[in-house]
Amino acid sequence: MRITCPYCGPRDRREFTYRGDALALFRPDPGADAQVWDDYLHNRDNRAGRVRDLWYHDCCGTWIVVGRDTVTHEVHGCEAAAEVPR
Amino acid sequence: MRYSGFKVILEGLRGNTGWAPAWRDPDPKPAYDALIIGGGGHGLATAFYLAKNHGMTNIAVLERGYLGGGNVGRNTTIVRANYGLPGNSEFYSHSLKLWEQMESELNYNVMHSQRGIINLFHSDGARDAAARRGNAMINQGDDAILLDRDGVRKLLPYLDFENHRFPVYGGLYHPRGGTARHDAVAWGYARGADSRGVDLIQNCAVTGIDVEAGRVVGVQTTRGPIRAKKIGMAVAGRTSQVAEMAGFRLPIESLGLQAFGTEGMKPVIDHVITFGAGHFYISQSAKGGLVFGGDLDLYASYAARGNLPTAEHVVEAAVQLMPVIGKARMLRSWGGIMDMSPDGSPIIDRTHIEGLYLNCGWCYGGFKAVPGSGYSFAHLIATDTSHAPAARYRLDRFRTGVGIMDEEATGSQHNLH
Repeated sequence: MRITCPYCGPRDRREFTYRGDALALFRPDPGADAQVWDDYLHNRDNRAGRVRDLWYHDCCGTWIVVGRDTVTHEVHGCEAAAEVPR
Repeated sequence: MRYSGFKVILEGLRGNTGWAPAWRDPDPKPAYDALIIGGGGHGLATAFYLAKNHGMTNIAVLERGYLGGGNVGRNTTIVRANYGLPGNSEFYSHSLKLWEQMESELNYNVMHSQRGIINLFHSDGARDAAARRGNAMINQGDDAILLDRDGVRKLLPYLDFENHRFPVYGGLYHPRGGTARHDAVAWGYARGADSRGVDLIQNCAVTGIDVEAGRVVGVQTTRGPIRAKKIGMAVAGRTSQVAEMAGFRLPIESLGLQAFGTEGMKPVIDHVITFGAGHFYISQSAKGGLVFGGDLDLYASYAARGNLPTAEHVVEAAVQLMPVIGKARMLRSWGGIMDMSPDGSPIIDRTHIEGLYLNCGWCYGGFKAVPGSGYSFAHLIATDTSHAPAARYRLDRFRTGVGIMDEEATGSQHNLH
């Protein structure tokens, strides 16, 4: 599996650390309902197929949203998490 | 048909013409008292104990593929009760007791071998943690012996004790731990359930769960609709997909875990050994192959196979700990899909849908839990009350933060276990 860092280009998966569902980018309001926080912190779609997850490039420190297939390990697209509209 | 040594000899003399299939292959009936989704270790054990302990025999197990084709046939076969936290301690202690009576209970040879597990440690801090864990195991009524370096050397003389980076300081020895023939566990429970009247229905994928007014009423399957008022989910890595059919999400992420086997060799490793500095564990199968594994492939995956970086890491740890196996040729590797929960501990609980029961979150430790999980899940389904050893495996602990069982003390958050 190879992941494309927006700054460094395509690199081996060994250079990256997986940091879970890209849902983490969409943090609820501090005052949001407990159920909203539970969904954010714990509950997951956990889809078999196309997902968007967060990877950290250990070499350059970029957080990347990776479009990936959890069944085939195919990578569809990578973008810097900082560029993702929230 | 009762199996025995005498029967084996008799059939050997009769050209093995007298064996019958170990279970039937029935078509699904339109309705049952209860359904178990998932014909793996946990599902089959649940069906067995529903029939045996609770007299529920008008039930069926629905399996998408073939019986025992999932994680129960894809693990490193380790059986142990060496947990440290209330909740896990009593559950795995109960499960180990069930292991110890499994072969006579099922009249089936599962090759349960209590060869002992040794968890090595490589620092003073790790020794303290091992001593604490050993005391927790003894308090629970199980066995634990803290070995110093010489004690480990007597049992495992072939380790690299002089490793500069990770010298062996000692090990926590759990003599009642060991291994079992993993497929046989599924087959034994399947046969036991079938002989009590449970229908084991293979090639029957659940495609929908029917809920009416907050109550489960049946399932849609590739072999037609089946009605039941009680439905238990025991589908491990596929839990999120089945829950989605009932319209809810769970605190589960599915990750791959690899295991590896070498060619058969003469006996060299008599125990189960875990390396305390890298994530690595190893035993030798009855066929002689070394069976070993390590970390998860640390990202969400349903691929049921591994990626090379983890394989490299595991082999590096293996050769560092025991250079003696450096020339063993790796024969194959395989992967299972782990249902990872945020705190690393499982869930056996009701759901918000009446009659729909949940068994998941076994992370990378589901095999040793098979009998205890089946026993407790059957109790929950039959009586609608939690079985004492599994009473803390509640689904709502993540939402409320009460009763989190974080065995590694890394936090209750995805991707930490």
